[in-house]
Amino acid sequence: MENSPNSPKPLSDTHFVASIEETPLQATDSVAEDSRPSNLYIDAWRDARQRPLFWISGVFILLVIVVAVFPGLFTQIDPRSCSLEFSNQGPSAGHILGYTKQGCDVFSRIIFGTSTSLTVGILSTVIVTVIGVIFGALGGYFGRWVDAILSRIGDIFFAIPYFLAAVVIMSVFVDYRNVLVISLAIGFFAWPGTARILRGQVLSVKNSDYVTSAVALGVSQLRILWRHVLPNSIAPVIVITTIGLAGAIVAEATLSFLGVGLPPSVMSWGNDISAAQRDLRNNPMTLVWPSIALTSTVLAFVIMGEVIRDALDPKARARR
Amino acid sequence: MLWYILRRVLQVIPVFLGATLLIYFMVFALPGDPIAALGGDRGLNPAVADAIRARYHLDQPFFIQYLYYLQGIFTGDLGTTFSGQKVSDILGRTLPVTFRLAVMAIIIEAIVGILIGLVAGLRKNGVFDTVSLLLSLVLISMPIFVLAFLAQFVFGIKLGWARTTVSGDAPLNELILPAFVLAFFVVANVIRLTRTSVIENLDADFVRTATAKGLSRPRIIRVHVLRNSLIPVVTLIGTDFGLLIVGATVTEGIFNVPGVGNTLFKAIILSEAPTVVSFVTVFVIVYLLSNLLVDVLYAFLDPRIRYGK
Repeated sequence: MENSPNSPKPLSDTHFVASIEETPLQATDSVAEDSRPSNLYIDAWRDARQRPLFWISGVFILLVIVVAVFPGLFTQIDPRSCSLEFSNQGPSAGHILGYTKQGCDVFSRIIFGTSTSLTVGILSTVIVTVIGVIFGALGGYFGRWVDAILSRIGDIFFAIPYFLAAVVIMSVFVDYRNVLVISLAIGFFAWPGTARILRGQVLSVKNSDYVTSAVALGVSQLRILWRHVLPNSIAPVIVITTIGLAGAIVAEATLSFLGVGLPPSVMSWGNDISAAQRDLRNNPMTLVWPSIALTSTVLAFVIMGEVIRDALDPKARARR
Repeated sequence: MLWYILRRVLQVIPVFLGATLLIYFMVFALPGDPIAALGGDRGLNPAVADAIRARYHLDQPFFIQYLYYLQGIFTGDLGTTFSGQKVSDILGRTLPVTFRLAVMAIIIEAIVGILIGLVAGLRKNGVFDTVSLLLSLVLISMPIFVLAFLAQFVFGIKLGWARTTVSGDAPLNELILPAFVLAFFVVANVIRLTRTSVIENLDADFVRTATAKGLSRPRIIRVHVLRNSLIPVVTLIGTDFGLLIVGATVTEGIFNVPGVGNTLFKAIILSEAPTVVSFVTVFVIVYLLSNLLVDVLYAFLDPRIRYGK
């Protein structure tokens, strides 16, 4: 330090134009070279993991999956060993939620019914996503007559509310009521929503520069669709798939409640609620507990869908 | 405008044909021979069986049968139920009840949904907004029969405010509880859409202009924000009609409302597949027509739609 703070600087040291290090331009010009590369999904993950709702619903979904796969870990009581002497009895030691009219343990039936709901939800979601992605991607990418045909087929399926279609299918296939058929019945009419959303995305992505350059390089159409267009347009499908899974679980329970779902011998929340409805006056709790299980599972998937939607949409993130 | 309506009507025709063909195909694929089953264990005289088949056109190929079915739809002949009643007669009796219930539900849905959505949108991220968001997520997650039983138990049995089941001629006051159940089943989407479009419109240029002109805030919200926010909400209420149909089926069944949904509900429970199909066909037609109506209404409300493209 030769100069005291008060003495003027020598003229040669004075800049009349600020050097790049001293201007705000540096922030604009500089690229943090050592930072990790980012993409839509990494950004989404960084955003989602800061939200408590993500962790609450995520942990609950994990719990539901564990219960569905290993129900024996959560209860030692056989849900099928029922005795009428306990009919409609309230909670007691070892039977925290009491008994159904048939004298079955309510808690145990809920635990063992989990896998039914989850399996139907996952199976029909897979069906919806596969058909929806094929129709939406091919229609959006190839356009012209392919799009015209696929979109019109989608319109026809869209015109029948998928729950009503499932009711008809399940009424027709009385003798074949099982988890696979009910998943097909739900999924077979629920896909046009997915197809429409994906088609819109593909339409906006397919004119991107990277697609044009892939075409110029001579990459085959299907390969461009698979490697470049689909990965960049699939994000909204992930959201609708999560929420659709919740919808499929509701649809299964409602079909079972109406008596056109799974046969009463299959343990399912819908069947349990259906069986409990006649005792709404005397023993409402046998209806309430499976309803809580059903609603909270669906809620977890719905919230997860919402969190993913917010996380994947940069505009929504900015708005928050 | 007329051109737009005409084009929209023309678009419905192939969809209608395709949808009915699809439904009819599902019935056609119905396993078992209903005519042979008529004879019971002894079996039917082949001549009688052939006569019945010819009477119901069952000896014709699939496509001809479908055309007869279409003819039935257009001439109002939708078949008969197992108990021998004509489907068209049942419809004449039950449709007014369902219509009354649906209109009540839509009014409640619109008032509750738009009010909550508006307040939540105006106070974005406030306490009211957060609570209404969580509540609407819970409502979305609640299957209609859970909602109906909950209402039946709390208001019908515990509090005794309403009858748990509706009596024969379905007076308006007894329909209030089922209408509320139905409205709350579909209200969540209205709340959220109103909220989103209110937030978007609050940032719009025309709202800034109105503020700059010195209009009062209530007037800006009423005239500029709310009116523009209602356009997508009207469409949503229309497209949610499918959900409303499903909801009406279960709600009418649980509250024993003597409407179309209840008839379908009973037919499903008694596993009368042909009756189920007749009523589902009716619902699909109603659904298509309501969507058409909403599109026309949308074009009427929003000039951009009718002049665009």
